[in-house]
Amino acid sequence: MAIGVYLTFRILDLADMTAEGSFPLGGAIATMCLVKGVNPFIATLAAFGGGLIAGLVTGFLNTKLRIPSLLAGIITMTGLYSITSRVMQNAANVSLLGKETIFSIAQKWGLSRNNAVIVMGLIIALLVIALLVIFFRTEIGLAMRATGDNPQMSAANGIKTEQMKILGYMISNGCIALSGALLAQNNGFADLNSGVGTLVIGLASIIIAEVLVRNLPIWGRLLTLVLGAIIYRLILALVFQMNVEPADAKLASALVLVVCLVLPNFHLPRNLKGGKNHARSTKD
Amino acid sequence: MPEVLKIKNLHQTFESGTVNENRVLRGVNLDLEAGDFVTIIGSNGAGKSTLLNSIAGTIPVQEGQIVLNGTDITKLPVTKRAKNISRVFQDPKMGTAVRLTVEENLALAMKRGQRRGFRPGVKKQDRKFFKKQLAQLGLNLENRLDTEIGLLSGGQRQAITLLMATLQRPDLILLDEHTAALDPKTSITVMELTEKLINDQKLTAFMVTHNMEDAIRYGNRLIMLHQGKVAVNLAGEEKQSLTVPKLMELFQKQVGAEVEDDAMLLV
Ligand SMILES: Nc1ncnc2c1ncn2[C@@H]1O[C@H](COP(=O)(O)OP(=O)(O)OP(=O)(O)O)[C@@H](O)[C@H]1O
Ligand SMILES: [Mg+2]
Repeated sequence: MAIGVYLTFRILDLADMTAEGSFPLGGAIATMCLVKGVNPFIATLAAFGGGLIAGLVTGFLNTKLRIPSLLAGIITMTGLYSITSRVMQNAANVSLLGKETIFSIAQKWGLSRNNAVIVMGLIIALLVIALLVIFFRTEIGLAMRATGDNPQMSAANGIKTEQMKILGYMISNGCIALSGALLAQNNGFADLNSGVGTLVIGLASIIIAEVLVRNLPIWGRLLTLVLGAIIYRLILALVFQMNVEPADAKLASALVLVVCLVLPNFHLPRNLKGGKNHARSTKD
Repeated sequence: MPEVLKIKNLHQTFESGTVNENRVLRGVNLDLEAGDFVTIIGSNGAGKSTLLNSIAGTIPVQEGQIVLNGTDITKLPVTKRAKNISRVFQDPKMGTAVRLTVEENLALAMKRGQRRGFRPGVKKQDRKFFKKQLAQLGLNLENRLDTEIGLLSGGQRQAITLLMATLQRPDLILLDEHTAALDPKTSITVMELTEKLINDQKLTAFMVTHNMEDAIRYGNRLIMLHQGKVAVNLAGEEKQSLTVPKLMELFQKQVGAEVEDDAMLLV
């Protein structure tokens, strides 16, 4: 998921709220497929497809209808709530009890439940990273990165920047929906409200990853994102050990994010002031 | 000589219909033949950049017509014109994608105006070609293919942008004060490189500059924009024999005429 958020936030330089809608959508699609007995890998892939479409909608709203990206994301996110609810046949939760998931498949290889999650999770994360790295080295991938970096120059070189943005939104939300599908299979149920805070978690992972190791080539960055996501979880776990009441959970995670964002600024001035400037200011 | 560019009665007005209405171009007519290297001068706000932007397509044409190689491009979007027109901007940051490496930027420019697919962005055989091209800049950039462009100096970036603009031969190259942000020494290097690249490929070029000496030294034609029109249009002998004082005089005459007009109005 952090990878998905990274794609729009850093590569395209946009904050895409669609994430909060495509995450539960992915969970819902995968779960409903599994309930119907579809192969877990195909179900997960279907979730990815659902995310692609969600991204397409936001991309269309943003580029063709010229709605600012933040608003376009919120609009799609709002609409997706209903769609996800429909997918789940109006239930707020759908259980996967006793159904085969990609993790139960991994368990059949003789892994314990926890190890199955870790191994399968890593395999999929690495696969996604590998595919993305290859993609970003193609002609289209280069064009997409250039679009996020310098749209004017890209257009002057004949790159259709609008199409590139739409494609970026799509891949990004595909990844986010994919992670939604994984989470649902891990939890054993799909939850209509699981999207709340997705973007925050994604951004936190990016920021932690960038604080940990700066200036990485794209494959290294994608790998550290996974690390960033894990560390963010650990920090949260630590915070919750300090007897935070469930009602304050979101507040606590928001505070953790603020700390993550602000800390590096004290050590390293001119850092993390928005997407592109980050890359520039740390290198100038 | 075949005609490359024809600009007919080009008008551009900003914020029309408001009190701030700004009629920047008021009927520009201009013909460029293949191999013409035109320097453009004019005071701040004369509309030089607006003229180039209109040709490149970044601002829509309000009135008039632009014909490139016999094709009417007046209504084509930027991306469609990119195949035939390349640009170098004033700000070195504008011409390159800073987070991409030198070779990635060059590879992007190689494909200017062409379809992009799922083939590798930077191909092996390209790399050799890029090295050779970079070597001719004489800036020791040939071994920095993997360096992020953002790490290079403004002059280095501008030199690369120039190279990018000519990697795939354009029918027309637009240079908008492309040395203005550089120190005097680098500026000379980049100007010489500009001339070399334009001469080598026999390019048709527009170059905006505030440096009168450059405007005289380079190119075979010179135009001055004033009050939204081409006020001075020199070529051949006339251009060759131009000196800075003569050009200043021409410039003063244009501005002076305007002052007299105002004086007449006051009477
Ligand atoms: N996109 C725009 N919207 C509104 N006004 C504009 C726009 N672009 C240019 N102008 C106005 O048009 C006028 C001409 O600007 P332009 O940039 O073409 O001048 P210039 O000759 O390139 O000047 P300089 O030498 O300062 O670069 C200016 O008054 C400017 O404010
Ligand atoms: Mg200008």
